[in-house]
Amino acid sequence: MVENRPILNVVTHLVLILGIAMVALPIWITFVAATHDEARMLQAPLPLLPGGYFFENFKQTFLGSGLSGSETAPVWRMLLNSLFMALMIAFGKIAISLLSAFAIVYFKFPFRMGFFWMIFITLMLPVEVRILPTFEVVADLGLLNSYWGLSIPLIASATATFMFRQVFLTIPDEMLESARIDGAKPMRFFVDILIPLSRTNIAALFVILFIYGWNQYLWPLLITTDTDMTTIVMSIKQMLEAAEQSPQWNIIMMTALLAMIPPVFVVIAMQKLFVQGLTETDK
Amino acid sequence: MLKRVHFSKTWLPFLLVAPQIIITLIFFIWPASQAVYQSFLIEDAFGLSTEFVWFENFEYLLADEIYLQSFGRTLFFSAAVAFLSMSLALILAAFADRVVRGATTYRTLLIWPYAVAPVLAGALWVFMFNPTLGIFPYFLEFVGVDWNHYLNGSQAMGLVIMAAAWKQIAYNFLFYLAAMQSIPKSIIEAGAIDGARPMRRFWTLVFPLVSPTTFFLLVINAVYAFFDTFGIIHAVTQGGPANSTTILVYKVFNDGFVGLDLGGSAAQSVILMLLVIVMTFIQFRYVENKVQY
Repeated sequence: MVENRPILNVVTHLVLILGIAMVALPIWITFVAATHDEARMLQAPLPLLPGGYFFENFKQTFLGSGLSGSETAPVWRMLLNSLFMALMIAFGKIAISLLSAFAIVYFKFPFRMGFFWMIFITLMLPVEVRILPTFEVVADLGLLNSYWGLSIPLIASATATFMFRQVFLTIPDEMLESARIDGAKPMRFFVDILIPLSRTNIAALFVILFIYGWNQYLWPLLITTDTDMTTIVMSIKQMLEAAEQSPQWNIIMMTALLAMIPPVFVVIAMQKLFVQGLTETDK
Repeated sequence: MLKRVHFSKTWLPFLLVAPQIIITLIFFIWPASQAVYQSFLIEDAFGLSTEFVWFENFEYLLADEIYLQSFGRTLFFSAAVAFLSMSLALILAAFADRVVRGATTYRTLLIWPYAVAPVLAGALWVFMFNPTLGIFPYFLEFVGVDWNHYLNGSQAMGLVIMAAAWKQIAYNFLFYLAAMQSIPKSIIEAGAIDGARPMRRFWTLVFPLVSPTTFFLLVINAVYAFFDTFGIIHAVTQGGPANSTTILVYKVFNDGFVGLDLGGSAAQSVILMLLVIVMTFIQFRYVENKVQY
């Protein structure tokens, strides 16, 4: 603070609180909707304060099949699917990016730059622009309705490779020299020195990639037809469609709440890593 | 970019890059080249015969009124989302930068929408604006606005813009706040000693000094609005009413998977790829060098 301006201080806090209210309003309304019974959620105006049906809705959503009268997997199953998908994408991306960044920074071999550019190109091919042909490839490989099909096509990552490359480039050459004098082979150097040194970067990236994986929508929508493979994020759209006939907003909003709790929790609990990951990967 | 001290093994590096390269080839480069190839083909409705037609699909697209409208709509949508979310984030960051105590609490409470999936963001907003039940239409009726985004195209567009911008505020806020916190305090103090009031200091010092961030965020927000908002559109409007919210990504999906126009959808994919390449180029070229001021 440069100078003391009491009025401006009050305005500052007011604006920030207003901003937070604006950002939080949709979530508040979702939460309130998840705490009322179905009948109340059909009368306008909808309530703005929580009701007493939170646990009933939670039970029906989490253990039951969500919407009554529909053929969907129970929500716990969808949460588990999402968790598997998110973890496979996050760990997969980190593993293959660490390996390829290691190769590109620490080895001299033919086509090194060629491989680097090939990885770079993936940055320019988001799944949205190549959906049809990628879908065909996955179908030909027989990976529809599987966790492999959900995760592997999203695993190649230029941003993660770049980030690790950047991290490795800042590690002093003396590290490798001394490791060599001690007789370390390349893989030993990788496992015992490089990975421990990039620990926080790995954690930060993990936070970002977990959210990325959890929030995937278009891809799972295309390649899963089996209700047992539905992810929680996808299921919201199916419920919204069903809502046009018989809206059960309390259940839909409870599901939405359950779908956003894991990634939001990750952001808040690991805020420092999250901010680090966000600023590192996008530059 | 190669270490001065490095290994020279013949087979190990190939083994190390293999997983990434194999996945890239199978799921990125091959499908992308397929898209390019298919964009030169016309397939009949039953998939029985295909004909190689060079650029006919592209000519058709660029003469197609609906496609050009969708293009214009996407530009408008991106500009609106970027402007709305960036300006709100800038205001919030400018105030958050002033706060000494409780700054982390404010930051925590402002950044979490980043973690909400686009389709969920869409679901929340469509619920709040549900024409028969939603809270906002109920209050809007008192001021004489009849809200129904299922029938009114501009209201539908407004709704998807709000939902998309809401989700992106967190990201922009974080980057603006980081940029403002890295401005040396001495510059701001010098301004204050010269008698500039906070408002003036903001416009003549802070705003120009964060202009590289503004530029960076413009590119990022454009990419976000172009490609990551599929879920929002799909949940809120499904491109309707009467195509009024059909942005390019949605159209690729719709023409390919629903309309089964493979050649046309592939041609649209190729145009989108060119757009991503241009945006990536701008991002790397200018953002790396930073904007001059």
